Amino acid sequence: MLGVGAYRTRNRPARNELLPLPIGEMSWALTDHQGRSVRPKDWAGRPVMVFFGFTWCPDVCPTTLSDISLWLEDLGADANRLIVALISVDPERDTPVVLADYVSNFDPRIIGLTGPAEEVAQAAADFRVTYRRVDKDGGDYTMDHTAGVFLFHPDGRFVSIIDFHEDRRFAVPKIRRTLS
Amino acid sequence: MNHFLLAAALILSASAAMACETVTIGDLTVEHAWSKATIGAGRPGVFYVEITNTGSTDDALVGIATPAAGMPMLHETVVQDGIASMPHAMSIPVPAGQSVQLSPGGYHGMLMGLTNALKEGDSFPVTLSFEKAGEVTVNVDVLSLRAEGPDCADAGQ
Repeated sequence: MLGVGAYRTRNRPARNELLPLPIGEMSWALTDHQGRSVRPKDWAGRPVMVFFGFTWCPDVCPTTLSDISLWLEDLGADANRLIVALISVDPERDTPVVLADYVSNFDPRIIGLTGPAEEVAQAAADFRVTYRRVDKDGGDYTMDHTAGVFLFHPDGRFVSIIDFHEDRRFAVPKIRRTLS
Repeated sequence: MNHFLLAAALILSASAAMACETVTIGDLTVEHAWSKATIGAGRPGVFYVEITNTGSTDDALVGIATPAAGMPMLHETVVQDGIASMPHAMSIPVPAGQSVQLSPGGYHGMLMGLTNALKEGDSFPVTLSFEKAGEVTVNVDVLSLRAEGPDCADAGQ
């Protein structure tokens, strides 16, 4: 169970295990909601904001994406260079087409990323994210997952996490600091 | 399945902003009932509402029912060590003299097995069952997937 399997590494030197890797040291390969291949190196030189979630999620995920959309509105054109990505922890159901449908409900700067289970696990490991499938009656299931929003400086350094429920008054300045 | 109720609800949806209506049962006031649009009927819908207990006796929300979903349940979003999970809530306390919100990121109704996709502008009834006050039905406005709550002049949120 749990993302224990997600913590396997690919020849990575041991370092602070609690913090996400710098983007440039990550090694996942995912597909965006328009079917394009995305790798960490594609984000070089850009500030990055990442959230893990899934489209079957009724509460946390739409709430977080609504918050992100409001932050982006506040930031306006200043946030146009910001990479904003939802990485699905439920690739079984979240195909690129499903993600496209989903992200179309929020700020158009938000992209959806999915991929094979092992690549999602690699992304989770790189970001130090955990997720776990929780089976429900009738064959349905939901996912527990890390709910924070990760921020990275344009040079790829991890900056901070915006916690779920964090006040917008703190979130927007945090994002603004990553933009420069 | 009560198709009549659902049809009645859809007709009622012509009148706007029912989320701002207030329904009372005994000492309980129920208002700001809203939901979010869903993509298709496969994903669960969500139900939010505000309950105020003006009496001197504690009560509790113990269940919800709606013709809009085959398996409506009460859940609570819990974030522990940064990880969000969504345990089933057997009952949601509504203490005397206090307000309880089912709101994004906290307690909420999870509407599994939707009869139809929930579309922005639609409305559907939800019957709330309270341990002491009994049952009361409210009309639920479907807002956009992006919505953070109904826009009521007296929302007080």
